[in-house]
Amino acid sequence: MSTESNSQKNVPLLQVKNLHTSFYTDAGEVKAVNGISYNLDAGKVLGIVGESGSGKSVSAYSLMQILTDTGRVTEGEVLFKGENILKYNSKQMQSFRGSRISMIFQDPMTCLNPVFSVGSQLREAIRIHTDRNREETQARALEMLQLVGVNEPEKRLKQYPHELSGGMRQRVMIAMALACEPDILIADEPTTALDVTIQAQILELMQSLQKKLGMAIIMITHDLGVIADMCDEIIVMYAGKVCERGTADEIFYNPRHEYTKGLIRSIPRITEQHEKLVPIAGSPVDLLNLPKGCAFASRCDHAMKICLTQQPEEVQVNDSHIAACWNNVRQMMEEENRGGASK
Amino acid sequence: MSQEAKHLVDVRDLKEYFTVKSGMLNKLQLKAVDGVSFTIDRGETLGLVGESGCGKTTVGRTLLHLYKPTSGEVYFDGVQVTDKNIDSFRKDMQIVFQDPYSSLNPRMTVADIIGEPLDIHHLYKNKKERAERIAELLTLVGLNSEHANRYAHEFSGGQRQRIGIARALAVNPRFIVCDEPVSALDVSIQAQIINTFEELQQKLGIAYLFIAHDLLVVQHMSRRIAVMYLGRIVEIGPSADIISSPIHPYTESLISAIPMPDPEMARHKNRIILEGDVPSPLHMPKGCPFRTRCRYATKACEEARPELREVSPGRFVACHNR
Repeated sequence: MSTESNSQKNVPLLQVKNLHTSFYTDAGEVKAVNGISYNLDAGKVLGIVGESGSGKSVSAYSLMQILTDTGRVTEGEVLFKGENILKYNSKQMQSFRGSRISMIFQDPMTCLNPVFSVGSQLREAIRIHTDRNREETQARALEMLQLVGVNEPEKRLKQYPHELSGGMRQRVMIAMALACEPDILIADEPTTALDVTIQAQILELMQSLQKKLGMAIIMITHDLGVIADMCDEIIVMYAGKVCERGTADEIFYNPRHEYTKGLIRSIPRITEQHEKLVPIAGSPVDLLNLPKGCAFASRCDHAMKICLTQQPEEVQVNDSHIAACWNNVRQMMEEENRGGASK
Repeated sequence: MSQEAKHLVDVRDLKEYFTVKSGMLNKLQLKAVDGVSFTIDRGETLGLVGESGCGKTTVGRTLLHLYKPTSGEVYFDGVQVTDKNIDSFRKDMQIVFQDPYSSLNPRMTVADIIGEPLDIHHLYKNKKERAERIAELLTLVGLNSEHANRYAHEFSGGQRQRIGIARALAVNPRFIVCDEPVSALDVSIQAQIINTFEELQQKLGIAYLFIAHDLLVVQHMSRRIAVMYLGRIVEIGPSADIISSPIHPYTESLISAIPMPDPEMARHKNRIILEGDVPSPLHMPKGCPFRTRCRYATKACEEARPELREVSPGRFVACHNR
């Protein structure tokens, strides 16, 4: 269970090492992901949080190799059970997607094909990855719809996506993604397009399916509430880099990166009613011209000289927490000095 | 009468029905807003929450006569707003839209966007005064006065929303309908805009109808909250009370469904999951519209539609069982 035993017995399910992804546009190279690394163990929920343009979705698209034509992974490795999947050719990748790692997206309407019935799309997903015969495929499709809590599943199989509500479509997407029992489900803003009460339904469903099927989930979202609700471990991203990585409690109660602190301060809370919010000043960084030092420095209240000239390294705060912030380094040095002096 | 009207905005039994064609000859009535009443005081913020399709945006637009109300009355500072006199109220009542991308004309410079309401209402004597007023407005919403000659596409989402706010402020309104003004923005930018709204209210004493689906944002902004479901207000009252002790079953589940940005709270939260989806407003259930998803629904809910009744001072709930 612990990370120790995991590293001894076997490698983590997924290891992302120093991943870089760029888009080559007319305006120049857009560095969307700039060296992110993380591990994901089987059956865990990892949250990736960040604002638009932080590279959280692109990092997932890079794993799945579904980048647009202009995008390319320029550096790094993605090891699934120890095997580098970035080396796979398109055919290998095709059979890998959906069966080992599946993905669901923000807008189920654009992901489901409007001219095929729900049933035929579900059956297609099952047929491609398994060798079930017709009846077994049909039975599996029905079983999946029941699993994700779609009412009247027989009827739904014959219906088309436009006949379903937003929440129902997202359930169908989840059914399709899980039909071949993947080890990892990547959920890219799965509830952003949904209403609060429907969002609660889908989050509840994902949690119960995760317990039942034991898959790992990578949850990509901008919503700190969804992250706090769902995730064991959290990665905070800014300008294509990992600012901070740690358990949910560490990130929310002991944030060490100035950006994470700013994010947490800028959400309205029920307990702090009528207290003024503390927004992060300025606007997001331009990915075409990334600064030499820390990308967040220009918006940071506590930026020091070093922040402008040198990129912060990822530093281990404790066993379950990593942060890449010069202020954190300073804080840790101060704590150490104080500890040393008191001794 | 207009001198000492009790409330700045007084909406009484506002209805907005749209006719929807279904098939060749069939026409259906969509009751987007079905009898909504509320008041807003000077310098106050009333939050209006609900899920998509509940009619909250339509309330805001009908209130401003952007849609012609099917029935009902709107009083502004004691004077009834009608189709005939609405033009004279445009200066007092403004709106900020959700999408800062589609609500600004891409062919106009920022100066022209903000200057347009000034032109229409003849609010300046000469060009110099116009330019000064535009610069003043830009500074007021936290933009740089040098931005005036640029086009909207040169700005980020948050900055565009500031331009939209400056446009609304140009005519010195006393009331602004804010229709999901921060939903399209990132968290850090959202907080900037929320603070801008609050500062402007303190400085200029503007009243807001703050429409949003994000309850955390609404409770932060508003003194009172109205909760809408399928074209009606199901609960209205002081925001602290509504959040801490919701009475209507819909409000209760809405509040329990907010994902709390706090792992400790998330672990101990008792989420009330509503079954199913919102019914189509074209085929509204008989009786209480919420009964199809309500865990407390009884026979009485099928028969009659509950009306709003006062349960404590200033707190109204429309439910048979509470």
